[in-house]
Amino acid sequence: MDMTYVQKLLARACGKDKVAVGDILELPVHLAMSHENAALVINQFKEIFRDTGQESRVWDPDRIAIIFDHRVPAESAKTATNHKKTREFVGNQGISKFHDVRGDVGGICHQILPENGYVRPGQVLLGTDSHTTTHGALGAFAFGIGATEMAAVWALGSILNVEVPGTIKVEVNGELPRGVYAKDLILHLVGLLTAEGANFKVIEFHGDTIRDLPTSGRLVLCNMTVEAGATAGVVPPDDETRRYLRDEAGVQDELDLFAPDADGVYDRVVEIDATQLEPQIACPHTVDNVKPIGEVKGKKVHQIVVGSCTNGRLDDLEVAAGILKGKQVAADTRMIVFPASWRIYSDALRLGYLNDLIAAGAVVCNPGCGPCLGIHQGALGDNETALATTNRNFKGRMGNPGAEVFLSSTAVAAASALTGVITDPREEG
Amino acid sequence: MPKGKVVQKLGDDISTDIIYPGRFMATVLPTETPQYAFADNAVFNQALNEKQVPAGSFIVAGDNFGCGSSREQAASCIKGYGLTVVARNFARIFLQNSINVGLQMVICPGIEAEEGHELEIRDGKVWNLTTGESFAIESLPKARQAIIDAGGLIPYARRLLLERAG
Repeated sequence: MDMTYVQKLLARACGKDKVAVGDILELPVHLAMSHENAALVINQFKEIFRDTGQESRVWDPDRIAIIFDHRVPAESAKTATNHKKTREFVGNQGISKFHDVRGDVGGICHQILPENGYVRPGQVLLGTDSHTTTHGALGAFAFGIGATEMAAVWALGSILNVEVPGTIKVEVNGELPRGVYAKDLILHLVGLLTAEGANFKVIEFHGDTIRDLPTSGRLVLCNMTVEAGATAGVVPPDDETRRYLRDEAGVQDELDLFAPDADGVYDRVVEIDATQLEPQIACPHTVDNVKPIGEVKGKKVHQIVVGSCTNGRLDDLEVAAGILKGKQVAADTRMIVFPASWRIYSDALRLGYLNDLIAAGAVVCNPGCGPCLGIHQGALGDNETALATTNRNFKGRMGNPGAEVFLSSTAVAAASALTGVITDPREEG
Repeated sequence: MPKGKVVQKLGDDISTDIIYPGRFMATVLPTETPQYAFADNAVFNQALNEKQVPAGSFIVAGDNFGCGSSREQAASCIKGYGLTVVARNFARIFLQNSINVGLQMVICPGIEAEEGHELEIRDGKVWNLTTGESFAIESLPKARQAIIDAGGLIPYARRLLLERAG
């Protein structure tokens, strides 16, 4: 039937035998996620119902997820009031997947959805956040939309007028060398494709490197596909998907795993030899300004940030603690760590990673989006440089247009914290 | 269709952090977002806030305008001033947000214009009245035309809601 994974997923979601690139579909929505911008979604949702004579009720309160993560705990009275209004709306509508500012259930939306078993292969998953692409790691067709678009989804239960996207196949083979991670792979790919190279397309990952990558690494890959402009990234689900959902996300019900057609038609095929990869750095001020570490090492950094929806998972904290244990963050460098969820925070606490990081001089913040988007917790001073494991380095991103942000893997960030300059983790210890 | 001056000429990959910096994201309502449009560009932001930029003026940009975040504030803050964005192309979410909130935007792959030039949109082209050149407009994704015709996604969704209830 010559369909790619997402084309096949869309055909199944709409009850059709086949869809083709460019077809326009109204898609049923399995999960609709929002964070703090739910405040705007609620406003637009009420606007849709204005003067209709209908009571404003969401189509299905069990298919909406709301997670506070962008500004937690509230950094201002305005945010606190938005949180309050959203909390009231959640209560009134009976929205069940609500993750408030709490240590037992809280965290970053792109970690909360997978770890709670909300994401399934075959889903149409929408979020009012561009990094919603993350959830393609578990075989969902997941993409970011704006708040008004989401308001219409809440009202109608479907997303209107979706054009079936073309697909870029990325085939990665070979073992990742020591000191090289999924983050290096996706930075390399974004550099290769450019910031707009995948606009309006899906990036579908294949190859033995991907098959061997745990879900935590696949989440990193799909998270950053949007940095090449992709509508979505996706890893066709396999045994690892099943293992993660059963063992780590507690999913009991039957899973619908399917593969793209062997004769699927792709817009473009990109082949990458993982054995040749080195640590990669995205340099200011665009994510596609990617260089191998050799061209950047030695650059002075004032702030190291480890965390975010990209690299704030338990294996990241393990890598960081492994590098920093028994050593000290360089004197004129500060290091900020913010785990992706409280579950991860709690596990890292139990395993001693957080203690190792604190003893080395790192500041461990509460899970949330933290300094990544420049609202609070770790803004940069004028002419300062940050090295972060986050996903964006746009001008002004960490709260100061007069500062610079470089992006890297967790290993590079941790090794650089020790020296105060961008450092190749393969040369450390 | 609009006719006016280019008040801002921008390059490629203009991110939503440049259009509407993240630190103002707690402000969400379209009536309130315009004050922070291009907040890190003090001169342009001040000109907008002091109403020195007439509605119908143009922002001209290169490739991938609006890349990055899904924040709808980036579209609503420009719409608040009645500006039209002419870019070589747009990032997906920004493009869809613009259509949904009714921001005038034009995909014009060949656009050549500088600040101070006068532009007019007419007969499927952008005319640079200062240089005398004209540039073809690429039509918007057809999937979105019905929403534009309805005046934005809110009226479009409202109509569907009523049709389906009936």
